[in-house]
Amino acid sequence: MNIAILSGKGGTGKTTVAVNLAQILQANYIDCDVEEPNGFIFLKPTVQKSEQVKVKYPVIDKDRCNLCGKCVQVCQFNALFNSGKGILTLEKLCHSCEACGIVCKEEAIQFADREIGSIEEGQSANLKCFRGILNVGEPMAVPVIKQLLAAAPAGLNLLDCPPGTSCNAVSALQYADAAVLVTEPSVFGFHDLKMAIKLVQGFNLPFGIVLNKWSPEGSSYKEYLDKENIKILGFIPNTREIAEEYSKGNTLNEIPEINKVFSDIAREITEVFKCN
Amino acid sequence: MKIAITSIGQQLSDRHDPRFGRCDYFLIYDSEKGLQKAIRNKGQDASGGAGIAAAQQIVDEKVHVVLTGNMGPNAFNLMKEAGIKVYQCNAASCAEALELYQNEKLTELTQPGPSHHGMN
Repeated sequence: MNIAILSGKGGTGKTTVAVNLAQILQANYIDCDVEEPNGFIFLKPTVQKSEQVKVKYPVIDKDRCNLCGKCVQVCQFNALFNSGKGILTLEKLCHSCEACGIVCKEEAIQFADREIGSIEEGQSANLKCFRGILNVGEPMAVPVIKQLLAAAPAGLNLLDCPPGTSCNAVSALQYADAAVLVTEPSVFGFHDLKMAIKLVQGFNLPFGIVLNKWSPEGSSYKEYLDKENIKILGFIPNTREIAEEYSKGNTLNEIPEINKVFSDIAREITEVFKCN
Repeated sequence: MKIAITSIGQQLSDRHDPRFGRCDYFLIYDSEKGLQKAIRNKGQDASGGAGIAAAQQIVDEKVHVVLTGNMGPNAFNLMKEAGIKVYQCNAASCAEALELYQNEKLTELTQPGPSHHGMN
């Protein structure tokens, strides 16, 4: 079973929730936030395996190309350009759809591979940990996320998702069976939470909310969720101690009262999503 | 000689658009026959690669010179590749841009501006 941890707004605590719950639930941790995978900072796994993520891009055979420009017209991503003297490929804009190869009647287009990132697998105590890494300067994260999740092991997996509600979050959610939405009591946090709620509802996934950085001033947000009949899985208090441990790259289960908070959330998750 | 001017409208009296990839229209002006047409910039609707889509239209129109405010790195390199000269211009109207060019008051763009600058 794959449980996605997402948020809408960045910095609300997806990774904090994912790594601490992985320890309690003894679940596999999978960091899908490939633009900035930071879960390994806390779980500190020993990386045992690494594989490249490659995508295809068109290579033009200049001897065969008659500059008809059909490949440029069919490309939906403006990855090809006809200068009148040759067809130029803008590799980073290419989405590897290979439509250019289909329309080329001169058979002047071949496809080559290029590396855009990698996938790592490691072990932290008895937890299996995985992460995707998108190379710096690469604009497209989706192929890395897909390759990462296609190879996800059996059992209970926590998917630490990318922030936002765009392609990256969507592609991770395609592999999810349930979702935990992490938010904070701020206007921005709630604005984006509502977008994330719409997204998981669009996927018809069972979901619940974790309210992080919680203080009683945020009660209006809780009232909203209660009114909408949205399941709250738990509250993580806004304390200096949590911030200090986090800043040192530590998980929070060493703090007894926080361990209890996460244990309660884990129990709720097990009951609500009927996992384990 | 054909000149393309980035514009927010379809007439020479319209405002000159300082953006290249995300401009509204290209005014195609023939130095002998005057204003030929205004073409809508396909790059404006592109989710990515706007400058490339715009540059392709410029090449397809067999333009020799582009008058615009700035150009991102992709479009800049493609213009270079296609041998089209780009002149930097911050005129108010397209007519004024043309006049500045004809009076040799504009300088050729020698380096690209930042990426995604015309998004807003």
